[in-house]
Amino acid sequence: MSSTDQIQDRLSQEYDAGFVTDIEQDFAPPGLSEDIIRFISAKKKEPEWLLEYRLKAYRLWTEMTEPVWPKLKIAPVDYQGISYYAAPKEGPKSLDEVDPEILETFEKLGIPLHERAALAGVAVDAVFDSVSVATTFKGKLAEMGVIFCSFSEAVENHPDLIKKYLGSVVPSTDNFYAALNAAVFTDGSFVYIPKGVRCPMELSTYFRINAANTGQFERTLIIADEGSHVSYLEGCTAPMRDENQLHAAVVELVAHKDAEIKYSTVQNWYPGNKDGVGGIYNFVTKRGICEGANSKISWTQVETGSSITWKYPSCILKGDGSVGEFFSVAISNNYQQADTGTKMIHLGCNTKSTIVSKGITAGHGQQTYRGSVRIGKNAENARNYTQCDSLLLGDTCGAHTIPYVEVKNKSSTLEHEATTSKIGDDQLFYCRQRGLSEEDAVNLIVNGFCKEVLKELPMEFAVEAQKLLEVSLEGAVG
Amino acid sequence: MLSIRNLHATADGKSILKGINLEVPAGEVHAIMGPNGSGKSTLSHVLAGRDGYEITEGKVTFDGESLLEKKPEDRARAGVFLAFQYPVELPGVSNVYFLKAALNAVRKARGEDPLDAMDFMKLAREKAKLVELDDGLVKRAVNAGFSGGEKKRNEIFQMAMLEPKLAILDETDSGLDIDALATVSKGVNALRDKARSMLIITHYQRLLDYIVPDVVHVLVNGQIARTGDKELAKELEAKGYAEFTGRAVS
Ligand SMILES: Nc1ncnc2c1ncn2[C@@H]1O[C@H](COP(=O)(O)OP(=O)(O)OP(=O)(O)O)[C@@H](O)[C@H]1O
Ligand SMILES: [Mg+2]
Repeated sequence: MSSTDQIQDRLSQEYDAGFVTDIEQDFAPPGLSEDIIRFISAKKKEPEWLLEYRLKAYRLWTEMTEPVWPKLKIAPVDYQGISYYAAPKEGPKSLDEVDPEILETFEKLGIPLHERAALAGVAVDAVFDSVSVATTFKGKLAEMGVIFCSFSEAVENHPDLIKKYLGSVVPSTDNFYAALNAAVFTDGSFVYIPKGVRCPMELSTYFRINAANTGQFERTLIIADEGSHVSYLEGCTAPMRDENQLHAAVVELVAHKDAEIKYSTVQNWYPGNKDGVGGIYNFVTKRGICEGANSKISWTQVETGSSITWKYPSCILKGDGSVGEFFSVAISNNYQQADTGTKMIHLGCNTKSTIVSKGITAGHGQQTYRGSVRIGKNAENARNYTQCDSLLLGDTCGAHTIPYVEVKNKSSTLEHEATTSKIGDDQLFYCRQRGLSEEDAVNLIVNGFCKEVLKELPMEFAVEAQKLLEVSLEGAVG
Repeated sequence: MLSIRNLHATADGKSILKGINLEVPAGEVHAIMGPNGSGKSTLSHVLAGRDGYEITEGKVTFDGESLLEKKPEDRARAGVFLAFQYPVELPGVSNVYFLKAALNAVRKARGEDPLDAMDFMKLAREKAKLVELDDGLVKRAVNAGFSGGEKKRNEIFQMAMLEPKLAILDETDSGLDIDALATVSKGVNALRDKARSMLIITHYQRLLDYIVPDVVHVLVNGQIARTGDKELAKELEAKGYAEFTGRAVS
């Protein structure tokens, strides 16, 4: 077998979450209209105020256009060709009633939902297409006053919190995809950590797109009350399909005084095949506000999947002394495209932000780091450190860095470092001379390159992320 | 152990090795000396399988098998080790992690079980002591920010860990201070073994006072110009290469 054959061979087997689960589902007919929104809202037995919220967002959306500034080549999306609601027919009442086929799906993905089998110390909310199918460890968390449930349940049981915070960080007016999400979001996770509580376990949501021709529009809202602490992890996969599927999520984080939210993502949506056919269009708006003094929000993301990634997890540093962090590893192999980065908006005094972005491109991958650091006029002694490194494998990929800086207060300190490197032939030879295969050598060097970011992930997930990096780069050299 | 017959190699169309003949029996230490640019590093690269050279003629057998068709990692696994003249930095990759992966790849090829973390660390500490490599360096990223001398020490540490059958040391002495030279040489001597051959490339007789070679070769313009015993190195030290290059030293 020639080396090109071997590469093809490896690439063709690279995405192992690409299976389809055969269950009966409820669908909304394709298309988007006020009637469809009423249908979704009725299906979910929502209160009137939420329906109004959706309709308002929808009307806004019809006036908006997709952003054109990202450095992405995207085939036009037919928003009327997508079904905006897909749910397993039998809605589960408790974990024991979850369709065994769905449980099996999550088992296959390595996400055991039965509490006794669940990863020790990790509570999971599993979202299958449009609805949440199971949340584990609810009881144990409730004892401490922690609310961790699906968004739909939160609407039903904690309407005041939802009313207060929904859209408070990412308003429907924010952008095209945020407006779309506000109109049609179907489920997601809700977290509330009461004053002074340190959440005793990792909270995790696992998103799975299963149905064909559907989009996924989930909504996540996390509120950390004064002096509380929570670490949250999001994972996702989808079957391999030839059409592109749309994922447009909104995540809002609110950290009150002295609170800390750590939000980690391992994004492994189906990236499309080696020729760039199929794959998820991932348009996500993630933003957190450090509302109170000395609060902290930390985003860590490992982006290996999706054919298109458009995503800028951001922090509004409003409270004095608040801290924002963004640690990112993004891989673009084959024909994947990513335009990703962060915004750090310093409003309070002595606010501090750190950005570490590691981009890896291979094949025909294209990647742009787009970062914005804004220092408001009242943000005395604000500090930002940005480090932005790109690693190229081969000659057919591209990496771009676009940092925006806006400083309205002279007492601030900003540092920016950027590097672009290629995996050198001398590095590969050195590793191979010590007995490592070329693939292992690449993985080793890539892991070394990403280390600063990977070490930010919770332990259990760092291993998973490392494996994903390897799979994503299989056949990238040779 | 190693047998090189009429080896010719070019790089970018430039002829560098022009018919090298060399026999290194098991257990022997051979030194290669020669002027800058004569092809010493090229020979070491060709033996280790680095890309970018074209072998136009000749044959190399190692341990009874033809070497030149093999991939670099397969040569390494078969027991060929090259201590680089310019060791490469691998930022973010810890020495320990790197070496464990390498050692287990080599062990696998030898049909041995992989070492677990505990056994590996035990072995690493023992071997680090041999060349007096600082514990801190063992844990740092491979060669990243190491001083010139530390890099060279690290190469010999790796060699001690991997226990090759053939060790090629390309100017391991350059960049070492006087004390380090003695320590590293001691480490190398400890690895001398009747089953292990060594090819030591150096410019200085000084190293050969510590690591006494069985045979000394002079490589000039891509060919072995003369072969002798350790006295040959002393002669070169005194007279230079004028006799071989035809150029007088003023
Ligand atoms: N890729 C290459 N393309 C062209 N010329 C090359 C290449 N690699 C090596 N050379 C040349 O081949 C010759 C031999 O180089 P080599 O590095 O083997 O010398 P050396 O004997 O190790 O020298 P030194 O003692 O300085 O280390 C030099 O003239 C060098 O410039
Ligand atoms: Mg040399």
